[in-house]
Amino acid sequence: MIEHSLGEFEELVLLMVAAHHDEAYGVLILENLEEKLGKKINISAIHVALKRMENKGFVKSRFGGITNERGGRRKKFYAITALGKRVLDNQYALRTSIYQQIPKISFS
Amino acid sequence: MKSNKHTPPKRAERFLLWFLRRDLVEEVLGDLDEKFYQTLEEKSVFKAKLNYWYQVINYLRPFAITKSRSINSNHYAMFRNYFKIGYRNLYKNKGYSFINIGGLAIGLAVAMLIGLWLHDELSYNKYHENYEHIVKVLRNDAHRGKKFTSPSLVRGLGPLFRDEYGNHFKHVVMVRARIEERVIANEDKMFTQAGYFMEPDGPEMFGLNMIYGTRDGLSDMNSILLSKSVADKLFGDTDPLNKVVKMDARWDLKVTGVYEDLPLNSELKDATYFAPLKRFLEGWSYDDVWTNQHMYIYAQLNPESDPKEVSSVITDAMLDHIPRGTNNAQPELFLHPMPKWHLYSAFENGTAGMSDRLKFVWFYGIIGVFVLLLACINFMNLSTARSEKRSKEVGIRKSVGSLRKQLITQFLSESFMVAMLSFVLALFFVYIILPWFNDLAGKDMNMLWTNPWFWLCGIGFIIVTALLAGSYPAFYLSSFKPVKVLKSGMAVGRSAATPRRILVVFQFTISIALITGTIIIQQQIEYVKNRPVGYSKEGLIMFRPRSPEYWGKYQTLRTELKKTGVVKEMAEANYPLTNTLGNNGGFEWEGKDPSFDPSFNTIYVTHEYGKTVGWEFVQGRDFSRDLQSDLSGIVITESALKLMQLDDPIGKTIHWNPSWQEPASFTILGVVKDMVKGSPFKPVRPSIIFPSERDLRWLFIRVNPQASLSEALPKIEAAFNRIVLSAPFDYQFVDELYNAKFQEEERIGSLAGFLAVLAIFISCLGLLGLVSYVAEQRTKEIGIRKVLGASVTGIWRLLTQDFVTLVIVSCLLAGPIAFYLLNNWLQKYDYRMEISWWIFILAGSGALVIALLTVSFQAVKSATANPVNSLRNE
Repeated sequence: MIEHSLGEFEELVLLMVAAHHDEAYGVLILENLEEKLGKKINISAIHVALKRMENKGFVKSRFGGITNERGGRRKKFYAITALGKRVLDNQYALRTSIYQQIPKISFS
Repeated sequence: MKSNKHTPPKRAERFLLWFLRRDLVEEVLGDLDEKFYQTLEEKSVFKAKLNYWYQVINYLRPFAITKSRSINSNHYAMFRNYFKIGYRNLYKNKGYSFINIGGLAIGLAVAMLIGLWLHDELSYNKYHENYEHIVKVLRNDAHRGKKFTSPSLVRGLGPLFRDEYGNHFKHVVMVRARIEERVIANEDKMFTQAGYFMEPDGPEMFGLNMIYGTRDGLSDMNSILLSKSVADKLFGDTDPLNKVVKMDARWDLKVTGVYEDLPLNSELKDATYFAPLKRFLEGWSYDDVWTNQHMYIYAQLNPESDPKEVSSVITDAMLDHIPRGTNNAQPELFLHPMPKWHLYSAFENGTAGMSDRLKFVWFYGIIGVFVLLLACINFMNLSTARSEKRSKEVGIRKSVGSLRKQLITQFLSESFMVAMLSFVLALFFVYIILPWFNDLAGKDMNMLWTNPWFWLCGIGFIIVTALLAGSYPAFYLSSFKPVKVLKSGMAVGRSAATPRRILVVFQFTISIALITGTIIIQQQIEYVKNRPVGYSKEGLIMFRPRSPEYWGKYQTLRTELKKTGVVKEMAEANYPLTNTLGNNGGFEWEGKDPSFDPSFNTIYVTHEYGKTVGWEFVQGRDFSRDLQSDLSGIVITESALKLMQLDDPIGKTIHWNPSWQEPASFTILGVVKDMVKGSPFKPVRPSIIFPSERDLRWLFIRVNPQASLSEALPKIEAAFNRIVLSAPFDYQFVDELYNAKFQEEERIGSLAGFLAVLAIFISCLGLLGLVSYVAEQRTKEIGIRKVLGASVTGIWRLLTQDFVTLVIVSCLLAGPIAFYLLNNWLQKYDYRMEISWWIFILAGSGALVIALLTVSFQAVKSATANPVNSLRNE
């Protein structure tokens, strides 16, 4: 599973891409993550994660139409691939299975 | 919206673009901008910009940076494309390419040859190991307020330098002042060879390259060092060491060493042997140690000594030793360092002036630069003319997205390619032509394949030429607006033609000046060659029997030679017919102004001299053996008579009181026409000829005019060898020796001719390229003119008249320049012709005809072309 490994930050970005299916792009992911995590994130970090996952085949991208607020440049939209979804599912299943092994102890 | 006022910081954006991977640009910039405007609405402008910068800097991470920007395989492909296009262009226009590459190659080859020549001139004497430290001692004598410099020194100086100034010198070597011609024999193999007699330190100091033996081979009085070529002649392949050779049939000398032949650019180049000075001095009196100036003194300074300082130390070294009263001149000594021997040896009033050699170095250097300039100008001119045809290509390239930078690279790489081709071709030309050029220049030059400077110069030249020639198309053409070029073609205005006209005029001016120069130099040589010499040169043999065996056998040889039937007469003289050695003053005659003491060329001859050399008597008669009184008679030449101003010279008495001989009186027997013995370019020396019955050094043989030389020579040699066995019959023809005096002038003449041919060739190539360009530009015009009824001659005139005007302008410019320069050159000769005006007309019209032929070649082609071909694609 090494080639299908997913870092923590990558996982978050991938989740966000999956959540905004086919409508996810840099700034949107950034804002949503910042909102959820409550901290500042660098846009370059998002781009690094996206590129890396695109190379691994977890996400695919397409160019959208020209928008004014981007200085006449097109948005690049990302969508999760089947492989990406499976990796995410595996990751989730793994965590859930381990999580369920936690004995029911009171943590007070 | 605020965004109208504020945009993301441009500098940050440019910075980002500089390093960012191309495929990321759109996404990243878009996101950054979007983020920027958001921040702008929420926060301040400053914060937004700061954030933008911060984000940009955050992209400086491996994933985003363009991978190794320098290695871009596209560049290689692009250059390959440029070269392919360049090659196709050359191939398509074979004529142009030939003219362009060939012209530049020829110019380059000439420049290279001249460069080699200069290199040779400047590397004189560098063969000698101690080049930096060797000096020659020279002497300045004051005479009538002027200083005269001479290398001849007295024999006492060598030991004096060694004993008293020894701390400055490593070696002091005295050498017999004059190269000595001697017969060197190994049994029956005999050769007359030139060489020096010198002290034992000489070979070490000059750094001879020994093949056999060692450098200290001259310590024994009866030893000799031979050059490789002489050793080969005498001994063939066998080891000559310790063999014995005979010199002048008198001395047995043991060969103690063989050295590699000295190169032609060495001061000692003529030396084929070195013999001990002691051998030469044997039997000389020791009284003349401080009076007889017959030595050269060479020395090697200690490394820390400076020639100038040592000069000031030794300057008065002789004063205490010269016997008082013998010479009132006060000789000053100084040292002349070896690097200056070749080019800085023309002393004038004690200081080294502009020598002829140095003048030639400058002259050829300038010519070389000029030829190179001409060739470059041509190359640029043609490239420029050609490139205008390519303006459409530029237009199309630009429309499909070529950047200006790429176009510049393209044109420059093309001109680099052509310059490189020319360079290779030039190397080839030089290689082919070098033997001939060596012959012409009297040098032994080699290609400097291993010299880094040679390659550096070559590469430097390629770069400069390519940049110069390529800069016009590269920078000018690439600046065009594609729409303009494609729509209407390029407008070639008058302004584009003017510099080209100037170039043509410039080239033709030089060419015509060179043609004129060649004609005048040739004429001057012809003129001097036809100068009456006062004797008959043809069929006259001169030689010097170098053997004591011959002494006293004058009459025996004479009868023996006459018996052969091929010899008309034989005579002797104390000097050859080809120099003016032997000059004396101290003559008195009737009506002479007492303060007037002219110097005459005095020669001693046997009675048959006049008949042998072919005197032409103006008055009086020749010497006769029948009259004993003729031994106190003299014959004078016309110029001597003019100097003496005697009305009726025959029978007049002349008194002679030379310092070295008893005074005597002589009667004038006859007056002959002047004999040109020295330089034929100089005024003739007035001569007085004395009869003698002693043995004289030089022998003259007049071959019977009916006998051919090829049959006469073996008979003469056989007769000579019957009497003298120990000396070779090494004869010289007087006419050949006389012609050799024109060598320098003929060399200049052939060189000027060579350069003139080249210059006119290069100019014509330029002209041809230009006229074909013009004709091509005007193809349509010519077509229309023909359709409207213009004749072939009319069109020919249309195309040629422009160029004819240019050549005529060149003629008008070249005339005065050539006249000025050549008149200056001619001033150097006392016996010279007058420059006549028709030479300029001849040179000018010659150039005009050649130019006209060149232009017509293209003009006729264009004029006879079918107009349908040029007009149908309108």
